[in-house]
Amino acid sequence: MSGKPKLHYFNGRGRMESIRWLLAAAGVEFEECFLETKDDLTKLQKDGSLLFQQVPMVEIDGMKMVQSRAIGNYISTKYNLYGKDLKERALIDMYVEAIIDLNELLMTHTFQPADKKEQHFATIVDKATNRYFPVYEKVLKDHGQDFLVGNQFSRADVQLLETLLMAEECKPDILSKFPLLQSFKARISNIPTIKKFLQPGSQRKPPLQEKDVPKLMKIFH
Amino acid sequence: MSGKPKLTYLNGRGRMEPVRWLLAAAGVEFEEIFLETRQQYEKLIKDGVLMFQQVPLVEIDGMKMVQTRAILSYIAGKYNLYGKDLKERALIDMYVEGITDLMQMILMFPFSPPDAKEKNIDSIKERATNRYFPVFEKVLKQHGQDFLVGNKFSWADVQLIEAILAVEEKIPSVLSGFPQLQAFKTRISNMPTIKKFLQPGSPRKPPPDEIYVETVLKIFKK
Repeated sequence: MSGKPKLHYFNGRGRMESIRWLLAAAGVEFEECFLETKDDLTKLQKDGSLLFQQVPMVEIDGMKMVQSRAIGNYISTKYNLYGKDLKERALIDMYVEAIIDLNELLMTHTFQPADKKEQHFATIVDKATNRYFPVYEKVLKDHGQDFLVGNQFSRADVQLLETLLMAEECKPDILSKFPLLQSFKARISNIPTIKKFLQPGSQRKPPLQEKDVPKLMKIFH
Repeated sequence: MSGKPKLTYLNGRGRMEPVRWLLAAAGVEFEEIFLETRQQYEKLIKDGVLMFQQVPLVEIDGMKMVQTRAILSYIAGKYNLYGKDLKERALIDMYVEGITDLMQMILMFPFSPPDAKEKNIDSIKERATNRYFPVFEKVLKQHGQDFLVGNKFSWADVQLIEAILAVEEKIPSVLSGFPQLQAFKTRISNMPTIKKFLQPGSPRKPPPDEIYVETVLKIFKK
C-alpha cells in the first residue's frame, strides 16, 4: 500500500478530471486504476467498493470516496485550497458550482447527436461568453488580485483554469474579449505544480474523441 | 431589514426546497419572494442581483448567494449541521450527493412528456429501492444510531427525510423493504423543528402541479 490516493475511473477526463487537477495543483502524487471493460466496473460494484455503484471512486485516507463533489471538497479542505473561513468557502463554492455547470456543457458536447452538435456548440459559446466568463473577468477586475478569492490560491482558481483551457479547445479564440482571464490563465499555468501538470507525460487526460465514445458506452451502459 | 435570510424563487419546490428544509431544520426563520412573471425575473437580472442570472437566490449574512449547493453548504456550516471534522464532512457530502442524484429525477419528473411519465416513475422506484435506500438502510443498521453521521443530527438526515417523503408521494409503498428507514422517517419527523415544518401553514411547498410547470416554462423560457 503506497499511501497515495488511488483513482478509479476510465482512462479519460469525464468526472474525474477535476479531481486530477486538484490533486496535481496541491502537489499530491496519485495512482490510477483504469476501467477498460464493463467487467471491470461490475467487479468494483460486486465487491462493495462503490457506495452508489458509480465511479469516480478515490481511495484516500482509508476511505473509498465517491461523488465527485464530495471528493473535491475533501481534497480542497485537506490541502488548504478552500479559503480561510466560511464566507470565503461560500464564494469559492459559488464560483466552482457555476464552473461545474459550464463543464457539464463542455463535457457533453462529444456525446451530442450529429444533428444537435451545432446548436449545442452555439449554446456553449453563448453561456461561456455571456453568463460565466464575464463574472470571473469582473471579479478579477474589481479586486485586482492574482487569485479569485481571498488573495490566495484556491480550488476556484484550479477549476477555472481547467475550464478556460477546455473552452479554448472548443473554440480557440473564446477568450478574445476577456483580457483579465487571459492573464489569469497565463499566471495560473505558471504555478509550478500546475505547469508540471500541463506538460506532456503528466496524468492530465486528453479530450474525448468521438471514436472513443462506443467503448465508453460499453462500460457504462 | 429584518436580518432573516431572504429566499427568491418560484412559489414551488424546485431547487429551493432543500434550502427551505435545511433552514427549517436549523430553526431559522426566513422570508420569501416569489417570482411570478418573466418581467420580475428579467428585472433581477438587469439589477445585477443574480451572479449567473439564475435562481435560487438567498440573501444571507450580507451575501447574495446563488448555486444551491453553495447555499446549502453555507447553511450547514453555519448552523452546525456539517459534522465535527473533515471525515464526517466527507461522509455527509457523499450521502447528500447521492440523495441529490435521486432528487434530480424527482425534480425533472414534472417536465417529462406524458408518455414517458410511467417509465420515469419506474426508474425512480428502481433507483430508490436498488441503489440509494439500501445504502442508508445499511448505514443505520450497522451503527444502530439515530442519525446517519457521527451520532448527531446533520444535513444528511435532513436531505434523506426530504427524499423519502418526496419518493413516497409518487410510490407510497417504497419503504416497505426498509424497516430502518421507516423508523428513521418517524424519528426525524418528530424532531420539533422538522415536525413544525411538516405542519400545514409552514413554508414547505406542495408537490409540483401543472400550474407550477407552466410558470417555470413561462419565466425561464429561452
